[in-house]
Amino acid sequence: MFRIFYKLGLVFVAVAGLAAQPAFAETPNEILASIQKEAAGTPGFSAARGESFFKAKHGGEWSCASCHTENPAALGKHAKTGKVIDPLAPSANAERFTSPKKVDKWFKRNCNDVLSRACTPQEKGDVLAYLLTVKK
Amino acid sequence: MSIHKQKNFRMLAVALLAMGATMSAAQADDDRDERYGWRLGEKSAGKYGGENRGKPLQPAQTNAKFQKECSDCHIAYAPGLLPAESWRKVMAGLDKHFGSDASLDAQDNKEITAFLVNNASNRWSAPTAPLRISETAWFKRKHDGHEISPAVWKNPLVKSPANCAACHPRADRGDFNEHDIRLPK
Ligand code: HEC
Ligand code: HEC
Ligand code: HEC
Repeated sequence: MFRIFYKLGLVFVAVAGLAAQPAFAETPNEILASIQKEAAGTPGFSAARGESFFKAKHGGEWSCASCHTENPAALGKHAKTGKVIDPLAPSANAERFTSPKKVDKWFKRNCNDVLSRACTPQEKGDVLAYLLTVKK
Repeated sequence: MSIHKQKNFRMLAVALLAMGATMSAAQADDDRDERYGWRLGEKSAGKYGGENRGKPLQPAQTNAKFQKECSDCHIAYAPGLLPAESWRKVMAGLDKHFGSDASLDAQDNKEITAFLVNNASNRWSAPTAPLRISETAWFKRKHDGHEISPAVWKNPLVKSPANCAACHPRADRGDFNEHDIRLPK
């Protein structure tokens, strides 16, 4: 009897684990959709605009490419510390743009470093649209 | 005692002795400087004018948030390398962190600050609290011109004194054992 309860318990834990996942993990397209909501009223996102934004400096020392390189599907390197950074393009790194908390945290930090301000929803959407077109 | 039991007893004694010996050897290796320092410094401000690190190793009871959040841009520096007040200052200024924004949300910041403060250097007696490990007296002493030539610091593979792993291959674990040091060529 006890054994059966124990087994049922394990099954329950496993199912609960599966069910809990979508709350944390999202797909890059779901994250793009939520940026789209924030950007309501703007003409839509452009991968080409995202690419030039990504590769340009914006008054400071660094561009996004300074750490993520001109090819976001390749390994990056932190411009100051030299630490290796995993590829940013979802095609090359399945973990990218799957956690809204992580995405928000790094947009805030990195935009501050590159533009000395937060990125607008338009800029974030353009960048993600661009990254989604980058092939491995 | 039967012969059988006696034999077991002897084996146990040998095993215990061996364990003790390896343990104290490991400790001696890690703490040689410090014990020497304690003896010399009992009446003065302590070794390195009181700017002395504690254990460089990552604490046995580590913190997952710290490991994750403090290792994205560089290794997660072991908390024993700086005093508690330094960690409080570092954590209070993450939005302007050595030329980079490393800000965290309030809850993560609180948890990581508590971990760093609880495991900070236990040998720091100076009233100072530098933001950088590489600016402490113990660090400067161990890495002065006598130990490391200026050319080494100019090597692009080193870039910065903060880049511990360039010379200490297991720096991320807080292992700075002298025998493992490899200066990049
Ligand atoms: C100074 C170096 C640096 C610069 C400049 C930089 N980044 Fe990053 N970025 C990082 C590091 C480090 C990480 C986190 C490391 C990791 O997750 O592998 C990161 C992570 C990210 C992430 C998280 C993605 C995810 O889901 O994991 C996004 C989004 C991002 N960067 C966008 C940008 C954009 C946009 C710019 C330009 C405005 C930029 N970065 C400029 C260093 C940089
Ligand atoms: C967004 C990137 C980033 C993140 C995240 C980050 N740091 Fe740093 N940190 C840096 C940079 C850049 C430096 C300066 C490196 C240099 O001078 O070579 C630095 C330097 C340091 C130094 C001084 C090193 C020395 O002795 O010179 C300490 C201490 C430090 N960081 C602690 C932390 C802690 C604790 C965390 C986690 C809460 C953290 N860092 C997270 C970017 C980051
Ligand atoms: C350019 C190479 C280099 C860099 C970078 C470097 N070290 Fe060292 N470190 C050395 C050398 C060489 C010694 C040996 C000095 C001696 O023989 O006393 C040493 C000694 C030490 C010791 C004493 C070890 C012992 O067994 O006595 C510690 C602790 C230490 N370093 C920590 C650090 C930390 C922390 C950092 C980064 C913040 C760092 N080091 C960066 C080269 C380096």
